[in-house]
Amino acid sequence: MAWFKEDKVVEKKVKIPEGTWIKCDACAEIIYRKEVERNYMVCPKCTYHFRISARERISLLFDEFEETHGELAPADPLQFVDTMPYGERVRKQQAKTGLKEALICGNGRMGDRRVKAAVLDFGFMGGSMGRVVGQKIVDSVEEAIAERLPFISVSSSGGARMQEGIYSLMQMAKTSAAVARLGKASLPFISILTDPTFGGVTASFAMLGDVIIAEPRSLVGFAGPRVIEQTIKQTLPEGFQRAEFLLEHGMIDMVVERKQLRATVAELLTLLA
Amino acid sequence: MPYFLDFEQPLSDLERQISELRRLSAGNGVDLTKEANRLDKKLEEMRKDIYSRLTPWQKTQIARHPERPYTLDYVRGMMEGFHELHGDRLFADDPAITAGFAFLDGRPLAVIGHQKGRDTRSRIRRNFGQAHPEGYRKALRVMRLAEKFGRPILTLIDTPGAFPGIGAEERGQAEAIARNLFEMAQIRVPILVIVIGEGGSGGALALGVGDRVFMMEHSVYSVISPEGCAAILWKKDKNDFSAEDYSKAASALKLTAEDLKRLGVIDAIIEEPTGGMHNAQDSDFLRIKELLINTLADLEGMSPEELCARRIERLYAIGNI
Ligand SMILES: [Zn+2]
Repeated sequence: MAWFKEDKVVEKKVKIPEGTWIKCDACAEIIYRKEVERNYMVCPKCTYHFRISARERISLLFDEFEETHGELAPADPLQFVDTMPYGERVRKQQAKTGLKEALICGNGRMGDRRVKAAVLDFGFMGGSMGRVVGQKIVDSVEEAIAERLPFISVSSSGGARMQEGIYSLMQMAKTSAAVARLGKASLPFISILTDPTFGGVTASFAMLGDVIIAEPRSLVGFAGPRVIEQTIKQTLPEGFQRAEFLLEHGMIDMVVERKQLRATVAELLTLLA
Repeated sequence: MPYFLDFEQPLSDLERQISELRRLSAGNGVDLTKEANRLDKKLEEMRKDIYSRLTPWQKTQIARHPERPYTLDYVRGMMEGFHELHGDRLFADDPAITAGFAFLDGRPLAVIGHQKGRDTRSRIRRNFGQAHPEGYRKALRVMRLAEKFGRPILTLIDTPGAFPGIGAEERGQAEAIARNLFEMAQIRVPILVIVIGEGGSGGALALGVGDRVFMMEHSVYSVISPEGCAAILWKKDKNDFSAEDYSKAASALKLTAEDLKRLGVIDAIIEEPTGGMHNAQDSDFLRIKELLINTLADLEGMSPEELCARRIERLYAIGNI
């Protein structure tokens, strides 16, 4: 599956420089930070959607949000050691992001509607899905079924978390089974894909939304572009695996700009349930 | 000429010695049969010894052994009257996955598995067992048929992974895998799964949701290949990797049948003959057939609702925190 070399990507792309000015990753313009923030972290010059943290996402999407299962932190079931022990890597990521894991879930309110929501944070180990991330999704979905609420996910992920081995792979089956149960209960699931979403996350719950929305230009796919290039020894066409490409190939329902996202989701919920 | 893995080289040498002895014995009037028989015994002991302490990387190589039985060999070894069905009714037929119906001990069932080729031409035609979306969709179509007609399903897993390519992405590789996971969780007939060779990531799991999941003793099942894992961990040029790197990655991933049994991911390990399934006799397939018959009998009494509820319970329990 697509595992990004997440450390590198994180440094280059996710970290938005502190301070008054900010450089757009797409058009390279230097923009007044406040102006970008006022514009939902979208470049006012070229509409590039900056990658944002799960917390920023939640504040943009919900009027109110109460986090649940926030105490769950990754264990090290395989005693996995790469360039550093997994436990140490996790602690570093926790210190860097202020998160315990790569996903925040909880109870959200949009206008007068209550929903269950799960939001991935690409800044924490590339938003990768291990046991805790999978478990939090399953728990949120099961709570949605018990409380008869819609479920909303926002994805940004390199895929399954290699350091938790086969357990990460199994999260794909677990989260997909949970979504199946949600469907049986006739409760809507809206899946929002953001830049980037790959591997074990797209190949499970994220592509199973009743309605799938992507932010403009988001890179979304199964295999990472580098893996594909190395396999087929061809350069990939312009726009490949972008949100617009997925829309054209019938894989998603709509491409929605960040500032329209909250209203779109709220309206869809009214139409569906 | 049989194919020998690196660590099987001593076996190959000894086998050559034995056949040379037998040849001399036949031609010369000198009876070397006794010596040959002694070496035969030694060969068997050596094989047992090598196969009793395989490393995860060696197991990975056995799981990929070019003479290892593939899906259609299991069908031949355990079933009668197989009819293969083709196509996903949407785009194409994917030869990387074989699907159809057959009789197991006189009772019809659906059998679906990744299929690798035996020679260069068929390997390419079957894309080395790496399916495209249409393969997974064909698998799902046949599973739905099985559900419709109340036939149990057997899936056999043997793939390096889902194919990473332009067409695969265009036609929704991720969605095809996700859809199978979603549907297999609620299919109302028993699903048995055996990992027979390589259980390569999402492309393996897409056939891997079941009521009972087995692994052949020397098969592997993992979120990423040892090579892929090594590439991410040690970030060097592909040509700079040594067997030692892969060996380290294979060990770290905990991908053997023993590991997965211990981690509670699979239900049981199916023993292989000494020397692995590429040395299998008819009796080995019959033994697996027996296991399948007994397992299906265990599941038979359950209502479809109970079956699905337990299948999801089983999944939820894996690695639960
Ligand atoms: Zn810009």
